[in-house]
Amino acid sequence: MATKSLKKRESELANSNRQLEILSNGIFQNGELPTFASKIAETDQFPLKAKKLEILQINVGYMCNQVCEHCHVDAGPDRKEIMTRETMQQCLEVIKKTGAHTLDLTGGAPEMNPDFRWFVEEAAKAGIKDFIVRSNLTIIRANKKYYDLPEFFKKHNVHVVSSMPHWTRGKTDKQRGDGVFDKSIKALQELNAIGYGMPDSDLRLDLVYNPSGAFLPGDQVSMEKDFKKALMEDFGIQFHNLFAITNLPISRFLDYLIASENYEDYMYQLVDAYNPAAVANVMCTNTLSVSWDGYLYDCDFNQMLELPVNSKAKHISEYNEELLEGRKIVISQHCYGCTAGAGSSCQGTVA
Amino acid sequence: MSKNYYDPADLRKFGKITEWSEELGNKFFDYYGKVFEEGALTAREKSLIALAVAHTEQCPYCIDAYTKDGLQRGVTKEEMMEAIHVGAAIKSGATLVHGVQMMNKVNKLDG
Ligand code: SF4
Ligand code: SF4
Repeated sequence: MATKSLKKRESELANSNRQLEILSNGIFQNGELPTFASKIAETDQFPLKAKKLEILQINVGYMCNQVCEHCHVDAGPDRKEIMTRETMQQCLEVIKKTGAHTLDLTGGAPEMNPDFRWFVEEAAKAGIKDFIVRSNLTIIRANKKYYDLPEFFKKHNVHVVSSMPHWTRGKTDKQRGDGVFDKSIKALQELNAIGYGMPDSDLRLDLVYNPSGAFLPGDQVSMEKDFKKALMEDFGIQFHNLFAITNLPISRFLDYLIASENYEDYMYQLVDAYNPAAVANVMCTNTLSVSWDGYLYDCDFNQMLELPVNSKAKHISEYNEELLEGRKIVISQHCYGCTAGAGSSCQGTVA
Repeated sequence: MSKNYYDPADLRKFGKITEWSEELGNKFFDYYGKVFEEGALTAREKSLIALAVAHTEQCPYCIDAYTKDGLQRGVTKEEMMEAIHVGAAIKSGATLVHGVQMMNKVNKLDG
């Protein structure tokens, strides 16, 4: 398993233009498979447009304590892109006045941003209904300075959303690194101990499942049942909901698909599983993604592909909700990942 | 025409069988879909049965399809291999149990 990001390895796939080229060439260029634009046009859903903003997702930096095989952020300890307090300040201005009901902090490991706690404390004051932090769990056990994170989250009524690719050690560690499973279990037990994820608790703890290889996620409801049963029986762990998320063919997952000679088959799987009903609710229609340096994107995936929003307001400092509403979403073939089967978003299925 | 009897790309064309006999094809796919729904058995259990049978039938399309189906359902490789052993045990058991017929015959003819 790699211990460095694609960027550090100077892989050609660290270049977003190269990724976009791959996604437009070959089977999509020769007409073997339809482009995403032509597919959604079949049901009159082109161009895809943003509706009213509901979720503001802020990526506070690409640094992470892990180097997961399929990370769409290409995150890792070697990534130095970190949101400054100044940009956070600009985000806070927006958080105070936004009509969005959900604030979603992500990374990398957001907790590694030196101003993370300050930002959470300030953002919590805005009283947004649902305040999510995407925590990778192992960070809580990575260093003494993070041991009190569960208490910190509780104090600010943060909704914790964490990745867990499988309920067995082998499959989890294969995707996320040796020892990740045991540390994640310990972190979940600690969160449970202070009330997170318990059946009647308001302290929300949800898990994200994404497949460990070149296949699509199974039915979210059945997966949740299986996860709950196994984690309860084996470790006495409880959580609220499971979000089944499809791996999008970008960044390290794209690198994996190509290296394992699964790229074409995977694209076929995505296109075969295309569900027009999922298109209406893909997350870019109600989400806005802010990068570590304050730029605006339709989603976290477009952020990684460096496809900025198609709007006059391009930066958090120029933020204008009315202006952004109705903007045309920037799409490419990676978007098929959001419309396969029951659809996929940061909040799980959409159809 | 392909030079091979089996081509992985053919699996995607399975649905096309309805084109040459629409009613029967559709009835088959309706039945097929219904069989694999959650019922007295879970869809996961049915997927493992399908995987075992795919092996005893030695159908490469079904093996590909139900291996992937299992992965999608979070089935582990240990579970998949055990399911195949069940199929293999029945196959070999079915061969061996006919040994009794051979024994009966020997006893009758040469007992
Ligand atoms: S924990 Fe998340 S951000 Fe970090 S490497 Fe893994 S997938 Fe990427
Ligand atoms: S990848 Fe982003 S832009 Fe494309 S459909 Fe999904 S959320 Fe929308």
